[in-house]
Amino acid sequence: MTTEEIEAVAKQDGPATPDRTPEPAKRKSSEGGVLNVFSHGILIVWGLMVGVPLLWVAWSAFKDSNGILTDPWGLPTVLHWENWSNAWEDANMGQYFVNTAIIVGGSVIGTMVLGSMAAYVLARFEFPGNRFIYYLFVAGMSFPVFMLVIPLFFVMRDFPGSSLLATYHGLILVYIAYSLPFTVFFMTAFFRTLPATVAEAALIDGASHSRTFFQVMLPMAKPGLISIGIFNFLGQWNQYLLPMVLNQQEDKYVLTQGLAMIALQQGYENDWGALMAGMMIAMLPVLVVYAIFQRQVQSGLTAGALK
Amino acid sequence: MQHGKYRFIVGFLALPLIVYAIFVISPFVQAFQISMTNWSGLVGTAEFVGLENFQRLWESSDFWNALRHNVYMLALVPVVTLGLGLFFAFMLNVGGKRRKNEVIAGVGGSKMYKFVFFFPQVISVTIIAVIWFNIYNPDPDDGMLNSFLGFIGLDGLQNSWLGEKSLALWCISAVMVWGHVGFYVVLFSAAMASIPRDIYEAALLDGASRFHTFFRITLPLLWDTVQTGWVYMGIIALDAFALVQIMSVNMGGPDGATDVMPLRLYLTAFRDSQFGYASAMGVAMLIVTMTFAVLTMRFARRERIEY
Repeated sequence: MTTEEIEAVAKQDGPATPDRTPEPAKRKSSEGGVLNVFSHGILIVWGLMVGVPLLWVAWSAFKDSNGILTDPWGLPTVLHWENWSNAWEDANMGQYFVNTAIIVGGSVIGTMVLGSMAAYVLARFEFPGNRFIYYLFVAGMSFPVFMLVIPLFFVMRDFPGSSLLATYHGLILVYIAYSLPFTVFFMTAFFRTLPATVAEAALIDGASHSRTFFQVMLPMAKPGLISIGIFNFLGQWNQYLLPMVLNQQEDKYVLTQGLAMIALQQGYENDWGALMAGMMIAMLPVLVVYAIFQRQVQSGLTAGALK
Repeated sequence: MQHGKYRFIVGFLALPLIVYAIFVISPFVQAFQISMTNWSGLVGTAEFVGLENFQRLWESSDFWNALRHNVYMLALVPVVTLGLGLFFAFMLNVGGKRRKNEVIAGVGGSKMYKFVFFFPQVISVTIIAVIWFNIYNPDPDDGMLNSFLGFIGLDGLQNSWLGEKSLALWCISAVMVWGHVGFYVVLFSAAMASIPRDIYEAALLDGASRFHTFFRITLPLLWDTVQTGWVYMGIIALDAFALVQIMSVNMGGPDGATDVMPLRLYLTAFRDSQFGYASAMGVAMLIVTMTFAVLTMRFARRERIEY
């Protein structure tokens, strides 16, 4: 099997369980029993190792600081709902939430629009420089962001007109730019799989190229757009390094920055309950998306790694 | 028509390309330029100093210390993460009780396991760092890990974890493993599901044990996926910025025991304002990453098992 084949398969949403092709039972099945108990045992242990720390955040969000510190394993005796309002107002998580929502909202939409426009042209039109531009975009996937942040900081600071540091539109543009390589790569492959005849029919019927794109091709590309949209949402919602460098103004902080700051200050401030509630506030949108789009999230992120 | 086509192509490509060129391509080019200057401040000019920064880097014991820690992680984290990922994926797909009409079967509830295992992959690394910072709390009663060890009677194993020079780096590495195993379970499960059932059937008919089927069938057939996953995990091990920045004592401590290259770069640039020198670190990191990726690809390919 070639790399391409395995990757293609790994990218599919396909079920992980074996095919259930019926065939006659051929032998006794004693071996499976012991193994099954053993398998479940180990899998449950790992499940607990992953699940308990996350549940711990959830139940700690309802405990007071004292309870979190002195009895880390205990369940809350009284539900301290005030943690949530403390986090939202006093610890500014509300402001950070709004900042994150504006930036990620703008950049996810921007990434999808710009990314699929470029991908559509690269996938379906032949013109001089097509391959060059495609590889220019795709090469961006291998640039380590750490190497880029120093010059990027100055590009943003010295931007003609006014500095883009710690502005919504500046961060949105940066998030879009850094999401384009994978988005263009993914959507180009996707547009190539769509039948060409539909677009040709639309053109013959007199639709312009742009109209064909927006009214015919984009609706057809919906499954791909959903995958890449979720992928970008998760990546941008959880982004840490770029805002750390480019967004050093406290009233513009995103959730990850706010949480890191509160966590690092805990030694002095001591409101652990608010920190836990803040973590829940940052996690809930991701949790909802993951719960609803489980299959797409898993296949999208694994496809993202195999770029 | 031709005229319309080119206008359309230019119209659709212009905006994505401009955004990408300003925020990704130009910083990439500038990183090399800045690395050969002595730019040290937010104001003032930068002088060309040739390879002086690289010479200084070569002689810097701090950077070698950080690089060494990344290399330790690079040697350990991918092996453990991918090993556990393969092990769990094999259990989920092949470790189940044999049902009627099936040669091999996954365990029941494999979807549920994958849902839980994958969860750390979708949440922010900031949140993961804060959670584990609390788990590793050194207090024998307040720390989650320490109080758990006390509870099961292993008081002797209680430790100050992140505060202990010989342990801190491994504690952070463990978090990296914890966060990524689920990803590989999903990835390898998808790849395993594509292996034809009759190959297993033939092997089992010939009397092969599950141990043998894993090493003789599953692993060789997954080798390309494993190899790609290895590069991806290696690049994560060469980063570790957010975990170290948030979890470690005094950013990279105790006493430099957890310092890593990205943290060194970040502090050199944005705390010490030595932008030329920090850019040289960025270029060095690019070289280290590329070397690792190329070596892995070549080395792994040579070992590939043909069937």
